[in-house]
Order: sequence, then structure tokens, then C-alpha cells
Amino acid sequence: MKISFSPEDEQFREEIAIWLKENLTGEFEQLRHRGGPGDEHMFPEERKVWEQHMAKAGWTCPGWPEEYGGRGLSINQQVIFHEEYARVGGPGHMGHIGEGLAGPTIIAFGTEEQKKRFLPGIVDGTEYWCQGYSEPSAGSDLANVKTKAVLDESSGQWVINGQKVWTSLAHESDWCFVIARTEPGSQGHKGLSFLLVPMDQPNIEVRPIEQLTGTSEFNEVFFDEAVTDAANIVGKPGDGWKIAMALLGFERGVSTLGQQMHFQNELDEVIKEAQKSGAAEDPAIRQRIADAWMGLRIMRYNSLRMLSGPQDGSLQKEAMIYKLYWATWHSDLGKLAMDVRGADSEVLPEGPYELDRLQSMYLFTRSDTIYGGTNEIQRNIIAERALGMPKEPKGR
Amino acid sequence: MEFAFTDEQEMIRDSAESFLQDVSTSEAVRSAMVTEAGYDSELWQRICSQMYWQALTIPEEYGGLGLGYVELTILLEEMGRRLLCSPFFSTVGLGVNALLVAGNETQKQQWLPQIAEGSLTATLAYTSRNRWDANSVDVIARAEGDGYVLSGTYKYVPDGHTADLLVIAARSPDSQGQEGISLFALPAQADGVSRKWTPTMDQTRKQAEISLDNVFISADSLLGKSGEAWADLEKVLQLAAIAVSAEQCGGARQALDLTVDYTQERVQFGRTIASFQAIKHRAADMMVQVECSRSAIYYAACVAQEALFDGAVGDELPVASALAKAYCSDAFFHCAAESIQLHGGVGFTWEYDPHLYFKRAKSTETFLGNGAYHREKIAQAIL
Ligand SMILES: Cc1cc2nc3c(=O)[nH]c(=O)nc-3n(C[C@H](O)[C@H](O)[C@H](O)COP(=O)(O)OP(=O)(O)OC[C@H]3O[C@@H](n4cnc5c(N)ncnc54)[C@H](O)[C@@H]3O)c2cc1C
Repeated sequence: MKISFSPEDEQFREEIAIWLKENLTGEFEQLRHRGGPGDEHMFPEERKVWEQHMAKAGWTCPGWPEEYGGRGLSINQQVIFHEEYARVGGPGHMGHIGEGLAGPTIIAFGTEEQKKRFLPGIVDGTEYWCQGYSEPSAGSDLANVKTKAVLDESSGQWVINGQKVWTSLAHESDWCFVIARTEPGSQGHKGLSFLLVPMDQPNIEVRPIEQLTGTSEFNEVFFDEAVTDAANIVGKPGDGWKIAMALLGFERGVSTLGQQMHFQNELDEVIKEAQKSGAAEDPAIRQRIADAWMGLRIMRYNSLRMLSGPQDGSLQKEAMIYKLYWATWHSDLGKLAMDVRGADSEVLPEGPYELDRLQSMYLFTRSDTIYGGTNEIQRNIIAERALGMPKEPKGR
Repeated sequence: MEFAFTDEQEMIRDSAESFLQDVSTSEAVRSAMVTEAGYDSELWQRICSQMYWQALTIPEEYGGLGLGYVELTILLEEMGRRLLCSPFFSTVGLGVNALLVAGNETQKQQWLPQIAEGSLTATLAYTSRNRWDANSVDVIARAEGDGYVLSGTYKYVPDGHTADLLVIAARSPDSQGQEGISLFALPAQADGVSRKWTPTMDQTRKQAEISLDNVFISADSLLGKSGEAWADLEKVLQLAAIAVSAEQCGGARQALDLTVDYTQERVQFGRTIASFQAIKHRAADMMVQVECSRSAIYYAACVAQEALFDGAVGDELPVASALAKAYCSDAFFHCAAESIQLHGGVGFTWEYDPHLYFKRAKSTETFLGNGAYHREKIAQAIL
């Protein structure tokens, strides 16, 4: 066990730092520090161009194996990559759902044809993805999915009917991975399938939902006889649940390091605000800032422990605590960001309801403890799977 | 960077775990804790001759195993889990660290081999007041002839009444704060040293008061430079805080395990209490804190290792140590308190073990400064 980097790794650090310094300039300058969580609605088109620019130099999906268009970076190099990217305020990845979720799932479970068809678009930054899991009656209880898909033998296509909700970035996406019920009459985990569905078709309607921030990052998505090719199923019909769960494991992968670097930038900003407002002299605030700083360090070492384990989407103990921990940490940071500003934290500019970065971070952190499995669901998972306590009784 | 244990480190943990499970049972802890010495000397000798733990971090040239702080942390975590009653923490976490940080070649040659062979225990005495910073050093060392004459009283000295060797801090007359502090190695049997056991709420960790009445110490027992030892002492305290944190982490783990086991057995309303979500969620929160404590101490241990051997990240020692001590102090207290609550009435009895952890949590939280004290140190470093 050792935490310092080797000279080779430090050399790699220099390589990426120089590339970023030379490239995150000109038209991209305005994207620095933009487009992260809570700010994802900002500069979508410009960020796609930036993503393609990174792709040309081989800096998208850097942790993927080379055979799939990645750079095959070691874990250490990925850590360094994320550190350097955040250090310069690298823009939020438009393609994070493709890179972090869809791609790894296709790599793990997809056919050779699917890999050939879908991975290049993710790597190039030309195809963007959204996640079609939640429905009006399937939130925490995801297995209650009602959206149906039927294979039409004559046309060779899946025909999809139903509704998804809270679908982040659906309005910016080319593809959606959808969990749908393909076995008529099935219930719960059984009879679900994992389908890849093109968004650009008349039978899909995307309606934005206004969030408490006043902005719209997520949507309702209606499928009315929507279609996708028969081949666009990952795994076999009925494998949907298994694949959906494995994907949640990828959510706790290396991408968490990028997220942490973003958190570090936010914390630095909170510290600056505290120094500016004088709150940094208040003993109670000092305790909370120190706590936030400690918490983030611990998060880093939590994920480094997690990353040193098996990388197949399976969940070890360290991984099970991960979501609950960071979500709680981040929502505490959100509150701290307002508390260091005191009464000034309320004030908005004249005109339409428009939040600055910390205000929007503060409000957005309320969702961290909800999406991707709420804190309560995380606690159930920890108690049941890590501690072996009894399962929750089911109502049906 | 490699934030995972090596096979050798895993082996050290496995052997410590199984050894301690046998020798540091609840019964063994309870019989040791009611004695004044606070440990079973036969067991200590067994540890020294069979496990060789006392020699773990002592470099090979002084007869030790030459292993590092990560290995030490693993051991301490397992010891804390079983509330091992022994002079290990005082001898290694305080004594050996002090000699490694501040001792010169001759002094290391003089003391470390004796510790390594298990014939000498040691501790560190520095505070005279109810605080842990440089201002707590109140014993006065007057230069006289070819040495120093020391007078004053040390409080809260871990195993101070049984240790063979005392590493002590004292200040020159009229000095203040971080100025004028010196460190000495003093055999406990020296003339003018009187030692008194201090009974404590946590009986598993013994403390003593040590009074020096015009004790003469020759100049060759001075560790480091006269009057300039604060930096060394501070480093020793930082290393020691990491060691305490590792024990706390182990204690928190065990408090969780005890609780989960108990709730799986206890039936109320026709079901095990472990099936109530209110209880599951509290256990889950305990586990989050336990796992975070582990990340904190492994990180701090890696930093400590580099701080001892001039590695690149060694200069993070002040914050890494404060982080570990602040986090683990609070986590252990939380888990131990939850453990009592989730046991219900039996958690409040002398017979069940949660109170042993609850008491150890508080004594270790206070020792070397609590969470708030260490968070303020971090605040000073980052604000
Ligand atoms: C900003 C944001 C972005 C999102 N993006 C996406 C996306 O891109 N794709 C997608 O598919 N989904 C997305 N979601 C949806 C998200 O995953 C769900 O909101 C979440 O799983 C919770 O489901 P729900 O909203 O139906 O709440 P409910 O399940 O109705 O939960 C309501 C409350 O009840 C609690 N609760 C529910 N069940 C239990 C239980 N068994 N034990 C204890 N407490 C329980 C919950 O913890 C919560 O506090 C997003 C959500 C948000 C807020």
C-alpha cells in the first residue's frame, strides 16, 4: 500500500497538463468550470464540440481498452487524468452517460456487432446517451417497470410503448438505453430487457420538466409505437435486470474520481467565499469547512480502495457505501456554501430567476440523495447485502 | 500508487486477527482491566516472543523487523477491535516513534534492541495540563553541570506506572509555547521519579501521573537539540494520533459487528429486530463510518510511512494525522453509542460488551485531542 506516484506516472501528468493548457483555449475558454452537475444545461453544443476536440487527440474514454477506442490507461493514470482535467476547470463531459454507463455495459455484455456499432460514436463524441430506467410507477422500485416492448417478426423491430420519467439529457441524446418488459404478463425482475433505442424518431416525444432550480436537465419521455432494430438488445430477452444492476456498478467506477475533482473545485470556491465574507473566522464554520475537506479526502481513498478491487461491476463492501457517502457529503457542502455567505446567499440578480454557480450547486445537491438510488435505498442495500440483515418485506 | 494491501500485509492481518480472537476475548480483557498494571504480563511476553509485534517498526539494524506504518496500522486496527490490554500502544506508538524521530544513533542502539527483544516497555510523557498542544508542556528542565535537573508533574501518561523507559518533554525555565522544549529518555527507576496509577472510566487503557522531583538527567540522554524539540515532539504526537485512530477504527468495526449479531438474534413483535428498517438504516450508517475510518487510517498510514522515511507525501503528515484522529474519534464514539442503543437494556449492563467499547471510544477520543481540536488544526492548514 502506497500513495505516491511513480516518475512515469508524473511524466504522464505533465503530458496531459500540457495538452490541456494548449487546447482548452480560444473558443473553449468560456467552457472552463461549466457544465458540471447542476450546470448540465449550459453550453451543450459547445461542449459537444469540445468533446470531439478531445476525441481527436484520444482523450475521451481514456480508461477504456485500446481495442474499443480507449487509451487503456492504468488506474493511476486515470486518477492523474481526472486530477489534471479538474485542475484547469475542464468542462463537464456531455458524454458521461455514454462513457461511464452505456459504453461499459456494451463492452461487458454486448455483441461484437453492437461494440462496432455503438462504441465509436461514444469515443468520437458524436453520439450521446441517456438512461431510460425510471417511470412514474417505477422509481425506487425499479422492477415495477411497465414500459412494454414487443418484437415484430415481420419488420424485425422491437415496438415500444410506455413512459419514462426524470430522463436526464434526453433532449440532447441520440440514444437511450431503455429497460422494458418484453415478456407479457411478467412481474418484478423477470421478463425485463435492456434495449438500445434511437431517440430521433417521430414516435418518441421528449418533454422537459422544470426543476426546482428553474432549469431543465431532465425530461419525460413518451414511447408511442417507438421502434428499434431487433439486434439492439443487450443480452438476451429477460436479462434486463441483471444488466441494469451491473450498470449501476459501473456508476461507481473511475468516473467517481472525475466527480471528486469537480467537488474539490467547489470546495475551493466555498473556501474563497468564506474568506471573502469573513465566515472563515467563525469557529463553527471553520469546523464545517475542515469537515468538508476531510470528507473529500476520505472519499478519494474510499474510491481508490474500491478501484483496487474487481472491476467487473460487482459490488464489494467499499463500493456499497460509496453513493450514500458522496451524496450526503455533497448535500452538506451545498448547505455550507450558502452558510458561508450568510444573508447574501439569498440575493439574485434582477430579471429572470437565475442562480449563480454556488446557489445552483446548493439547490442541485438536493437531488444527489435521490437519483441513482436514494439514500434510503442505499441504506437498505448496505444493511441487506453488506451486513446480511433481513430483506424488506414486499407489498406484492 | 497502489492503494491495496500486499499479500504480506494481508497475512499480517490474518494472523493478528486469529491470534487476538483467541487471546483477547471479552473474558481476558475483563480480567486484565481490573488489575492495576492493566495487562497480563504472560500474554505480553507471548506477544513479544511469538508474534514479535513490539519489533515490527524497529529497523533491522536495531534488531527489529523493519516493517512500516501500514503494517503497524493493520495490527493496531485488530488490537482495537479486540480491546487488547497491553503496553503495545505506549511502547510502539509512543516510545518507539519518539526514539525513531528524535533519537541519535547511540540512543537508538541503547534502547531499540531492548524493546525489540521484549525486555523493555516505554511510553511518552509530556502534558502537565488538561490540553495537548505545546503549551501543555510544563515540567521545567534547568541546565546544570553536564546535564539537566527536572521538576514537575506529567498527567495522563499511557501505561506511565508500568513503563520501563520514559520519553519525556520538558521546557527551559521562562520559555513559552513551542520554544524551549527538550526531549529526554529517562529510565523510570531513576532517583526522584514517582509514579501513581490514575484510575480511569475506561479500564482497558491505563494512565498514570508521574512526578519528577529534582531528577538529574545527563546530557547524553537528551533526544535531539536542547530547547528545539517541539518539531520532533509534534511529529511523534502526529504519528501517535494515527496509531490511536487505527485502534479506534478497529473498535468501531467491532461495535458494528456486535450490534449486527445481536439484532439478528433478538426477537420482538415476532421478528428479529434486525428486520426493522429503523435498525437496518442505523447499522448502515455505522458501516459507512467504519469504512470511511478505514480509508482514513490507511491513507494516514501511507503518509506516516513516507514522513518517517522522507517520502514525497510525507509533508502531509500534519493534516493526515488530524484527519484520521478527528474522523475516527467521532466515528468510534458514534458506533459505540449506537451499539448500546441498539442492544436496548442489555446494552446498559456491565455484562455485555458495548460499554467497554463506549468507554474506550471516549478515552481515545479525548487522548491527544478530540475531533474539534483536530478539525481546527485542519482549518488552520487550509484557511
Ligand atoms: C436530478 C435527477 C436526475 C435523474 N436522472 C435520471 C435518469 O437519467 N434516468 C432515470 O432513469 N432516472 C433518473 N432519475 C430518477 C431517480 O433515479 C429516481 O427519482 C429515484 O430512483 C427515486 O425514485 P422516485 O423519484 O420514484 O421516488 P420514490 O421511490 O417514490 O421515493 C420517495 C421517497 O420514499 C423513499 N423510499 C422508497 N422506497 C423505500 C424503501 N423501500 N425503504 C425506505 N424508503 C423508501 C425514498 O427514499 C424517497 O425518500 C433522476 C432523478 C433526479 C432527481
